[in-house]
Amino acid sequence: MCGIAGLVCLGHETAKAGMLQRMLGMLRHRGPDGQGIYLDDAVGLGHVRLSIIDLEGGSQPMSSADGALTITFNGEIFNYVELREELARKGHVFTTKSDTEVILHCYQEKGERCVEDFNGQWAFAIWDAPKRKLFLSRDRLGVRPLFYARTSQRFVFASEIKAILGDPSVGRAIDLRGLDQLLTFWSVLAPRTIFQGVSELPPGHSMVLQDGALRIAPYWQLDLSGPDESMTADQATDLLSECLYDAVRIRLRSDVPVGAWLSGGLDSSIVTSMIKRITRGSLRTFSLGFDDAEYDESSHQRAMIRHLEVDNSGLGCHAHDIGSAFPQVIWHTEQPVVRTAPVPMFLLSRLVRDKTFKVVLTGEGADEMLGGYDLFKEAKIRRFCGAHPDSKFRSKLLRRLYPYMPGLQAQPDDYLKAFFRVGPEDLASPFFSHLPRWDLTSRLKLFYSDEVRAELQGYDATEDLRAQLPGSFSGWDPFCQAQYLESRYLLPGYLLSSQGDRVGMANGIEARHPFLDHRLVALAARIPPRLKMRVLNEKYILKRVARGLVPESIRNRHKQPYRAPDVASFYDSKRKQARFGYVDRMLSSDNVAAAGLFHPEAVQRLANKSKRGGVIGVKDGMALVAILSTQLTVSQFIHRLGGPEHGALD
Amino acid sequence: MAHSIEQDIRGFIVEALLFGRDTDNLGRADSLLTRGIIDSTGVLELVSFVEREYDILVDDAELVPANFDSIERLAAYVERKRSQAPDEAVEEIVSRVA
Repeated sequence: MCGIAGLVCLGHETAKAGMLQRMLGMLRHRGPDGQGIYLDDAVGLGHVRLSIIDLEGGSQPMSSADGALTITFNGEIFNYVELREELARKGHVFTTKSDTEVILHCYQEKGERCVEDFNGQWAFAIWDAPKRKLFLSRDRLGVRPLFYARTSQRFVFASEIKAILGDPSVGRAIDLRGLDQLLTFWSVLAPRTIFQGVSELPPGHSMVLQDGALRIAPYWQLDLSGPDESMTADQATDLLSECLYDAVRIRLRSDVPVGAWLSGGLDSSIVTSMIKRITRGSLRTFSLGFDDAEYDESSHQRAMIRHLEVDNSGLGCHAHDIGSAFPQVIWHTEQPVVRTAPVPMFLLSRLVRDKTFKVVLTGEGADEMLGGYDLFKEAKIRRFCGAHPDSKFRSKLLRRLYPYMPGLQAQPDDYLKAFFRVGPEDLASPFFSHLPRWDLTSRLKLFYSDEVRAELQGYDATEDLRAQLPGSFSGWDPFCQAQYLESRYLLPGYLLSSQGDRVGMANGIEARHPFLDHRLVALAARIPPRLKMRVLNEKYILKRVARGLVPESIRNRHKQPYRAPDVASFYDSKRKQARFGYVDRMLSSDNVAAAGLFHPEAVQRLANKSKRGGVIGVKDGMALVAILSTQLTVSQFIHRLGGPEHGALD
Repeated sequence: MAHSIEQDIRGFIVEALLFGRDTDNLGRADSLLTRGIIDSTGVLELVSFVEREYDILVDDAELVPANFDSIERLAAYVERKRSQAPDEAVEEIVSRVA
């Protein structure tokens, strides 16, 4: 796992090493093991390396034997062993054992279509010197990041936005539509980002820059349009078991030890169990616990540790730890967040690094692909209630949705029913599953400044999303629609980035996700929704796969989504004050007014309410996290470019 | 009296739930649910406020939109509760503690 950067001068300039060095300096955390630069007249490619495969021979940027092609690559091609054998049979000669060289040979063989053969997680750029063509690509699901900007002087790209903003020709300003999307969907819709002029290559897309023209096209699309209704539960179980086993197997390819996350939930437990069966050796796992029982899953983690006899390193996380690391985490997420959940993952990655591990396998993606989220269940119940709005019995099902949320459990029936109200117009919406979440998140826009309100007048973020949907989307099964919205937007835009790559790579940790193997994704798309969620039994087929792999207590437990404390991370309710000086400074009227995004007095009222403690709703917790992280984004990326260690909060 | 309670309740909603924004067109009969002023735990904030401010005890059965879903309704509910005979209120509290 590594960091990449590069530039193509569009005028008469030549590429300068100094500028590439500056860009790579911003990415050092992604690649502490080495650095390389390639310069060719107007083109420069850079690379910082975290050595995982072919520790001796995998240095980058890497050129083909004839010098025609040069690549800078971040990620892993897990099936590189098989591809290499195939290419060797066709006469290709390899000089290293790395997957990087395999990409170069695949490109020589198939050109831009080479990516169709890759099973992995990647972002790379290949400079094709004879054709004066730059080819860039990003993996199917968006595990590895790739951003770019184009100015009148040059085209620049990098693994992280901070490297791009280091180019003075790229301005630094917040994109208000990006902010509005984030305060609706929790993520910005690629190619847009939270920064004006900086774009993200969407997952499953490739891009070519040639003769000054930029061409972007998808090479793969998530297709949930046609589940195979004839598939039986037994067939689905067998196919999934076999596919997942192989997805785990090839993700263990590494020249350094591989560990695993252990959340105590079904997904990471299955992955961990499969690793043990494949390797038959010792395995190091890493787990996260909270002192607040509302968020803690330690008892389930202990059950798995006992069951598999793994060597586990656990991290106990307190609300104070979250507030303390928050500014540094926002420097890495490079965008505001509405939840604090990325912070404990950042702290856990640090523990992994301290234990000298670089690679971990996770259970990420199972909920999206195999129907695990409460949101899917919620949509099913709401649709069930919507069909008979006056039924008293049906609305009682709503209470079963969130047993781990005491605030919601305390709600009277009439209020629950009102909150999850389904109107006739909602039932017809392709966004039906996500309307409650988006409506709730959009309430945060109450805090917009008058100027931002005026600027966004008439803008509707959901229309931008609607414009990106596949043509046949409105005719899909509602369950598949919900899966698509989660997998195509929240997964890459928040879970794999703010809560994944960015907080892992902040500590030089590479996460690998077997459930996001594209073969498994294609298989999951074929499994009919009635089998993914059997009545209200989520991940039904995966639970069948789990038989014999995990203890029954894990297999049958109620799913608990990963969450972390919000307001308590920043305010001490006993002392009625902020835990950290930066919280008061970031939310001060002067600072809020200077950023210009939110209404200073409204933010003051929110800060005072948070300080007082007592009953604070979900919406207010999200508002506090969103506003504080937005202020930190402005402070660290707009007013100056540097994280807390660079004095950005002083 | 009713006018004053309404003002207090409105003041609380403006300060703690609307944070001073979008208050001009908040009508006394407007539904707090429909306008999105309270979220799935927000009604508990209202309960906490009226119990603290008016020294009343909200019974679970009374926690319905008919009592809590507008400034006008909530003020009327508080009025009714406060007009309960003191003995009645004490009995209610004792029975719940017991």
